[in-house]
Amino acid sequence: MKLGVLFSGGKDSVFACYRAVVHGDVACLITLRSANPESYMFHTPAIDLTSLQAQAMGIPLIVQETAGEKEAELADMKRAIERAREEHGIEGVVTGAIASVYQATRVQRICRELDLWCFNPLWQIDQLTYMRLLLSEGFEVVVTGVFAYPFTEEWIGRTIGGTEVDQLASLADKYQINPSGEGGELETLVTDCPLFNRRIRIDRTSTEYSDHSGTLHIEKAELVDR
Amino acid sequence: MILIVDLCGERGSLSRFEFVHPISAIVEKYGEMAGTVHVSDLSSAAAKAADGIVLCGTAIKDHAWQGLLGELEWLRDVRTPVLGICAGSQLIAALHGGVVSPWPVIGMQATTVLEEDKVLGKERSFEAYHLHNLGHSLPPGFRLLAGTEERAEAFRHTERPIWGVLFHPEVRNERIVEAFTDLCHRDRGE
Repeated sequence: MKLGVLFSGGKDSVFACYRAVVHGDVACLITLRSANPESYMFHTPAIDLTSLQAQAMGIPLIVQETAGEKEAELADMKRAIERAREEHGIEGVVTGAIASVYQATRVQRICRELDLWCFNPLWQIDQLTYMRLLLSEGFEVVVTGVFAYPFTEEWIGRTIGGTEVDQLASLADKYQINPSGEGGELETLVTDCPLFNRRIRIDRTSTEYSDHSGTLHIEKAELVDR
Repeated sequence: MILIVDLCGERGSLSRFEFVHPISAIVEKYGEMAGTVHVSDLSSAAAKAADGIVLCGTAIKDHAWQGLLGELEWLRDVRTPVLGICAGSQLIAALHGGVVSPWPVIGMQATTVLEEDKVLGKERSFEAYHLHNLGHSLPPGFRLLAGTEERAEAFRHTERPIWGVLFHPEVRNERIVEAFTDLCHRDRGE
């Protein structure tokens, strides 16, 4: 079955894509570029890097602009999925939703309206098990944004390794956050994974941070051989 | 051991991560063994040997299980406790003479438990996650636990340990899967 993956470039959508590639035929990636930093559905930092990731995977990318307002955003997503069907003949949509009933419900409804299959291969996964699975599968994940207490500036730009997963586990215990950041606590960028034929090297960044909310601006990045 | 049955149309499908793995994870986290089997490989011997059987849901467009009703008739008379979830509940309803018909619902919806039950828990209202194009009536020989006779949301057999829930308890209502696991454990006499 030809599939389109809703693709933000963060760990969840890249891992969902990874599972989809193993089980189906990923015909395209679909990125919503939102102008609203508080988008309900799509995360914004580092989203321009999805074109580098698509290149690294050799999979076509559809980019749909959206103003990022609650309802218009859904209409834009529907339009993007329709484009994927027209341009690449997709029969199903894949998302990286883990626990967000809000996200999953919206995408399921759009797929039903368009008579497309809908797949959520990370649905309800135990978030710490998942973080460790990412590492063991060879995913290189960089934190590109923090949006909640108790995350400090030190988290921004860090690559997630075993130490970070242990820290996330204890923060999750103490502060009731989602250890994978699905509640919007963290945003990430995948710079390498088994699907990439080259990795992303981040050359220049700047950081914006105040009061447990911060973003890594990636000003220059390129694909390089491993 | 609880036998977790994958009803997805294809063996080893992308959907199994969404509908089968979450159930195994709840059962295992609760301290019970979970064995997964695709419905096309399900034997009555394996069903008899298990302490309990969960028939899992499928993607909303996946109704392939309807083609297996004839082969699965033996499931109607199995003595092992059975919990059907969504497509699994539709399968139980169809096997026992209920009517399966279009009833599309996607999202959280208020559900009321009509009487206290070992698996569903106390009489109460709660939000349940629905993801289905089809619904089912209450089959003959079953008690209604939630919904209406025409559009049953949960039921159990009047004499045997067979339950069906049209919603997905693995989303925000894991306790229902745990209660079923508990009951299977007790039935084994431990």
